[in-house]
Amino acid sequence: MPGNAAVFVTRHLSKVYRMGEVEVHALRGVDLELYPGEFVVLLGASGSGKSTLLNILGGLDVPTSGEVFYLDHNLSAASADDLTRFRREHVGFVFQFYNLIPSLTALENVSLVTEIADHPLDPIEALAMVGLKERINHFPAQLSGGEQQRVAVARAVAKRPDVLLCDEPTGALDYASGKIVLEVLDRVNRELGTTTVVITHNAAIAAMADRIIHISSGEIVEVKCNERKASPSELAW
Amino acid sequence: MVTWKMSALDRKLLRDLWHLRGQLLAVAAIVGCGIGVFLTMRGMYESLVHERADYYTQYRFADVFDNVKRAPESLAKRIATLPGVAAVQTGISLEVTLDVPGLREPATGQLVTIPQTGPALLNQIYIRRGRTVAPNATDEVLISEAFAQANNLEPGSHFEAVINGHWQRLNVVGIAISPEFIYVLRPTSGLPDDRRYGILWMGRNAVEHAFDMAGAFNNVAIALTKNASEADVISSLDRLLDRYGSLGAYGRIDHLSDKIISDEINQDRVYGFLVSGIFLAVAAFIINIVLTRLIATQRDQIGVLKAFGYSNGVVAWHYLKLVLVTLLIGTAMGIPVAYWMGNLLADIYRDFFHFPRLEWSLSPTGLISATAVCLVAALGGAYGALMRAARLPPAEAMLPEPPGRFRPTLIERLGFQRLLSVTTRMILRNLERRPIKALLSVLGIALAVAILVAGRYGVDALDRIIDIQFRAVQREDVMLEFANPRSANVRHAVRHLPGILTAEPFRAAPVRLRFQHRMRRTAILGLSPDGDLRAIVGLDYDRVSLPTEGLLLSAKLAETLGVVPGDRLTVEVLEGRRETSEVLVAGIVNDLVGISAYMTLPNLNRLLHEDATSSGAFVSIDPNLSTELYTTLKRLPTVRGVSVKAAMLANFKEVIARSMQVQTVMNIFFACVIAFGVVYNSVRIALSERGHELASLRVLGFTQREIAVILLGEQALMTAAAIPLGFAIGYGICAGVVAAINATQETFRMPLVLTAQTFAFAFVVVSIAAALSGMMIWGRLRRLDLVAVLKTRE
Repeated sequence: MPGNAAVFVTRHLSKVYRMGEVEVHALRGVDLELYPGEFVVLLGASGSGKSTLLNILGGLDVPTSGEVFYLDHNLSAASADDLTRFRREHVGFVFQFYNLIPSLTALENVSLVTEIADHPLDPIEALAMVGLKERINHFPAQLSGGEQQRVAVARAVAKRPDVLLCDEPTGALDYASGKIVLEVLDRVNRELGTTTVVITHNAAIAAMADRIIHISSGEIVEVKCNERKASPSELAW
Repeated sequence: MVTWKMSALDRKLLRDLWHLRGQLLAVAAIVGCGIGVFLTMRGMYESLVHERADYYTQYRFADVFDNVKRAPESLAKRIATLPGVAAVQTGISLEVTLDVPGLREPATGQLVTIPQTGPALLNQIYIRRGRTVAPNATDEVLISEAFAQANNLEPGSHFEAVINGHWQRLNVVGIAISPEFIYVLRPTSGLPDDRRYGILWMGRNAVEHAFDMAGAFNNVAIALTKNASEADVISSLDRLLDRYGSLGAYGRIDHLSDKIISDEINQDRVYGFLVSGIFLAVAAFIINIVLTRLIATQRDQIGVLKAFGYSNGVVAWHYLKLVLVTLLIGTAMGIPVAYWMGNLLADIYRDFFHFPRLEWSLSPTGLISATAVCLVAALGGAYGALMRAARLPPAEAMLPEPPGRFRPTLIERLGFQRLLSVTTRMILRNLERRPIKALLSVLGIALAVAILVAGRYGVDALDRIIDIQFRAVQREDVMLEFANPRSANVRHAVRHLPGILTAEPFRAAPVRLRFQHRMRRTAILGLSPDGDLRAIVGLDYDRVSLPTEGLLLSAKLAETLGVVPGDRLTVEVLEGRRETSEVLVAGIVNDLVGISAYMTLPNLNRLLHEDATSSGAFVSIDPNLSTELYTTLKRLPTVRGVSVKAAMLANFKEVIARSMQVQTVMNIFFACVIAFGVVYNSVRIALSERGHELASLRVLGFTQREIAVILLGEQALMTAAAIPLGFAIGYGICAGVVAAINATQETFRMPLVLTAQTFAFAFVVVSIAAALSGMMIWGRLRRLDLVAVLKTRE
């Protein structure tokens, strides 16, 4: 895949948090390129800076120094409004705690996003993709954790994002539900060709990625390409 | 060395206080307002009660009073021997026409005698400035404080008075007050006019000499022994004095000044306990809501504390301290507010009520009870929330709250879901899922609206009172009162005065009205049946025409006597031939001022067995000739009193309106604070409860405006629902206050009137409070931490 124009390019990306008197260097000069259709797993321990990197890529945070480009948009120089528009138009998010709106049904949680997107999937189709066609009128409280996370995935992909960013998507799930969610992510990546970045500290998940990026203490310490991508059903942890 | 180390939990308390400072300050401000208003009214009430009691005791205010035409001084000794009489003070009291420098119209002075030597036995005067009159001086007077202030008179000033038909210069030697005239009001006028009516104290000898009253008195004041029956003394006094032209003995309850102070004290009690009670209840209610919700949002922290081994009791005490500190700050804010407002109020009261000293003072019992009410309400609110938190096992409390159980709203279940956008559905479902919470928020805002409505009620009532009294009832320009009742042809004489356009004679006669065992002293006013210058108008502008036969009574008088139309009253006339007759009660009118009885002039003349006679006239005048008219009237001994409507209205507006405006401004100020506090807290809490959800939407690409619509839309909907409810509650509060005031006082009735402006005002203030709160929340939405929200809940 390297060879195509990169979707994301970061140059000397650094992020420093000031916690009182202490400066925390969450990222220290990260250079990274992400390519169209890639499935990338970001591996790292807690506090390694992987979430900070994901947040900057997703336009939720801005770097302290360095640059980050999405195609020809310079995200490091964008205003808050530009970042909102960027998220709205290009990014799908999946979080550890699903972050569904409790007062909306599965279908409505998805519609929430398709209503503000330009060329969205049909929300029912998106839910069918994650295997929840029968449960579209259930409220979050009526769904299991795995089902809630699948709704979150459906919500993220329904707007046909250019990039899908997942922060510990299986972190709050049991083994079986976790695997189902991974299968959904894999399918979305294959069928829609969405560039997908998954953060995890579960090294077993790395087997299903095209590329694995190891982060430690705010730096990329290793980048590995899988010769053969495993299917999620083959994973075990 | 002992070092004090703050516990970690107390440090958390301090940080929580700082973190929640905006909300807690808003709550404290509401508490401060509630306590401030309560203490202001309560302190004023207690001051008036105490000052009155002290003044009456120290300056020996009498218990029973009577006025006669003329009685021999020797009678005083006989009165003193009546059972139950402790002291007797006789004197002479007369109205005289005055010409005061700088005053266009003639003024009226109530001449009251003071003993030749030494202080009076009863109704002693307190000399504010200057000195008392010299024995035997015939041109020296002390004047009442209000009259002196209104006319810029000081010791050394002088004016002229008609003394027994002759103009005489009177020198002011001192400014005085007396427990008899704490509130100075001319008996025949319903409203105060300090510019044109004052009390003049003069030596007894001088008055006896000038008015040919040597060895005689025309008024008597009596102090009762400790266990005397006032009613018995009144009836024996009546028996004794009837043949001397008595107008009927009466107790303090009918004493003009005392009655007005009593009414005022009663009004203060109603305001102090009802209105500020409502303020306090609202404040308490809001603390309750805020704390309940605040503690609910701290659910996970409570879980953590419990997981670390803090007991339920310690955790509860920790949150209770938050409540107590907030209340303490609120109370601390309320006390200076009460001092400030109390002194402002006392200042106004000093213009109306002339005591040796009248100060507002902080009521310790009021402070304790107000704080206790707030405390109970706050703890009540906190208790429920703490119990809910304590019931949870710590592990569960620390977990993010499971998603709330939602279901489609009623509107959607009815099949209208297609009409609603997803965000509208979110708003509606949130409201419907926790209807009690939504209802309480709505009620909180509604109470703020209600207080705004009730706070501005004073303005509407005042406008209505002025409009009824000065436009609908008093249609004349000037009221003339004759020194003595005159025959009908005086009307022609009046017409020939300069500037008079029309004149309508009237007759006022003092009477006692009896029905069964009940009795009231009042005057019957006889009006021309075809007259137009004085109308009888009810509080709802219902103009009532005079009955062709019998009496028309004030509803208040009918109520006191227990009569209904169709009953027959016993009327004892207290002047002239003092006839007693039975008269039909033909009708009742719910009028504004006093307890009055009306008849047609011919019917009253017939009742009095006299020919067409009048005691005064209502006239309309040509304004261009008014100066000429007033100059003539000043020199006319047959005219004893001149009341100029425009002057009275101006005075009324200046004095009474000012005091009502101050009170109204205070009410409105507090209502605004409460409105803002309620609305702001409501939005702020909604934000803390839903911040997570809103941040998630922001992450998904929703703009700040779009999430603001969701959060503020819900608040707007609740505010919209609260406004009509608040109007209804506000109306109810006013109706309650009006009923409580009107039930006990006779001097005047409060009309129950709320104008569209008042409702519009409440609407605008609450809308502004909502808009400001929205703007403050807008800033917070911009600072919403999108990253943090993804990591954890809450």
